[in-house]
Amino acid sequence: MTTSEKKQLMAAACKVRMGAIKGVHAAKAGHPGGSLSAADLFTYLYFKELRIDPKNPKWEDRDRFVLSKGHTAPGLYAALALRGYFPEEDLLTLRQIGSHLQGHPNMNLTPGVDMSTGSLGQGVSTAAGMALAAKYQGKDCRVYTLLGDGEIQEGEVWEAFMFAHHYKLDNLCVIIDNNGLQIDGRVEDVMSPYPIPEKLRAFGFQVYEIDGHDFEQMETAFNQARETKGVPSAIVMKTVKGKGVSFMENQAGWHGKAPNDEEFEIAMNELSAQLAEVEGM
Amino acid sequence: MADVKKIATRESYGNALKELGAEHADLIVFDADLAGATKTGTFKKAFPERHFDCGIAESNMIAAAAGASTMGLVPFASSFAMFTAGRAFEQVRNSIGYPHLNVKIGATHGGISVGEDGASHQCCEDFALMRSIPGMVVMSPADDVEARAMVRAAYEYVGPVYMRFGRAGVPVFHDEASYTFQIGKGEVLREGTDVAIIANGLMVAEALAAAETLAGMGISAQVINMATIKPLDEELVLQAAKTCGKVITCEEHSVIGGLGEAVCGLLSEKCPTPVRRIGVNDEFGHSGPAGALLKQFGLSAEHIVEVAKDFCGK
Repeated sequence: MTTSEKKQLMAAACKVRMGAIKGVHAAKAGHPGGSLSAADLFTYLYFKELRIDPKNPKWEDRDRFVLSKGHTAPGLYAALALRGYFPEEDLLTLRQIGSHLQGHPNMNLTPGVDMSTGSLGQGVSTAAGMALAAKYQGKDCRVYTLLGDGEIQEGEVWEAFMFAHHYKLDNLCVIIDNNGLQIDGRVEDVMSPYPIPEKLRAFGFQVYEIDGHDFEQMETAFNQARETKGVPSAIVMKTVKGKGVSFMENQAGWHGKAPNDEEFEIAMNELSAQLAEVEGM
Repeated sequence: MADVKKIATRESYGNALKELGAEHADLIVFDADLAGATKTGTFKKAFPERHFDCGIAESNMIAAAAGASTMGLVPFASSFAMFTAGRAFEQVRNSIGYPHLNVKIGATHGGISVGEDGASHQCCEDFALMRSIPGMVVMSPADDVEARAMVRAAYEYVGPVYMRFGRAGVPVFHDEASYTFQIGKGEVLREGTDVAIIANGLMVAEALAAAETLAGMGISAQVINMATIKPLDEELVLQAAKTCGKVITCEEHSVIGGLGEAVCGLLSEKCPTPVRRIGVNDEFGHSGPAGALLKQFGLSAEHIVEVAKDFCGK
């Protein structure tokens, strides 16, 4: 990864974070914590990894992305808007009546959304079904899905993992956002999913462990995942919930709460400062 | 009807899948370790490369079928009614129904005629569950001819469909050469003026037998096969209610939430008419031979005759 490419991704990630915060603030509801922990991943996928065409969102041979942790839609929407799927102003209509930006992703309303999700555990199964179908159809597209570390408490997730390995879905890449927090607190206190990489390996996945806020590590992992043959791959990312906004970082309380006007201003100032710093690099 | 050929509609389902599979390469089948029982095994034998066993994991199967449909394939996902409509209800609702995806659910072993396996496997709630999902087509065929035509119609229709097939053999009374099936259209099998009997599934043959007996008692019963529970053929139900003034519904399902309530809901709003619902009366089944269970739970021609006699004041 060149320095300028990394800088561009970092700047885009700042903008994705700002878009997510703007949307949640305007909606006075939504999920900022997980949107921010996954913002770098959304950025990497939509600006580097995915084979897509924002002008042709339904292109048959595109790569698919399923946001299995659908509640972090504000982050996804911000990335899609920045990538040109729809105007950035739309982000301010999040969760409003008449908006195409539902509280959780809707594939029939929002350009660029490949699957309707929101009920945890189901997205990964649909992604596995897509990957299976692509294999049957002889398509070379890949399917990516992002799960929360709390989400993998759902039993269906492990059904999907068994299925992915059984059908040798090497065109499927499962990403786990391991920010360590869920609504009721720390994942290990609520219902420990640990150790995640070992469990995935036991289910037959080729596992990559990375820092989910480091684009170079992301690049290495995604490149290796693309080369993985015969088994599905999984990227377990260590992340910080609320990453980028000081008072939201590592706070379970910011899982599903909107900032008030004052908090919004602080958040936007912090993110603007980060953007200015990246652009001045 | 002793000399009439009997075929279980799950057999029809498997045969229809095999036939359609030969015509359409985009038809794929998912099953959950029950291919022998649901009869998708018939398809598997012909097209092993597009029959995907998901193991005993119905929730994942249903959502995976949803994902596959977004790629342009037409997945048929099968298990027992209890485990598709029941266990995987939320996957059907959120991953198939909400995005209105083109997935066909072929649910076998519906109703009490599952028999010896007992209440845990006798799903009498599937019509109610599936009817409650916006945009879901819900159907239950009466015999082999109708079942095979229904599977074909489901393939051709674009959108989510739930079909319930039975375990037990049922008389084949449709004439294949002249029969046509249309989603959302009921079928008048016998004209009558005193009472309209609206039935589906294995209760259609019972209703026909009951109407014959009733005729001997001076009661003229119309018999309607309502294979599509949703969308309901409202025009036909209203017409029957106006003609007969009395309606009996018959289904191998709870009286809560199925065909009976669909008919009552329509009539109460558009043409208030006395209705008697024959079905399973808010109770669980139990083990036993299918035929004996059906009699015990009042899902028989004899019981329809009793209800009709009482209803008509005879």
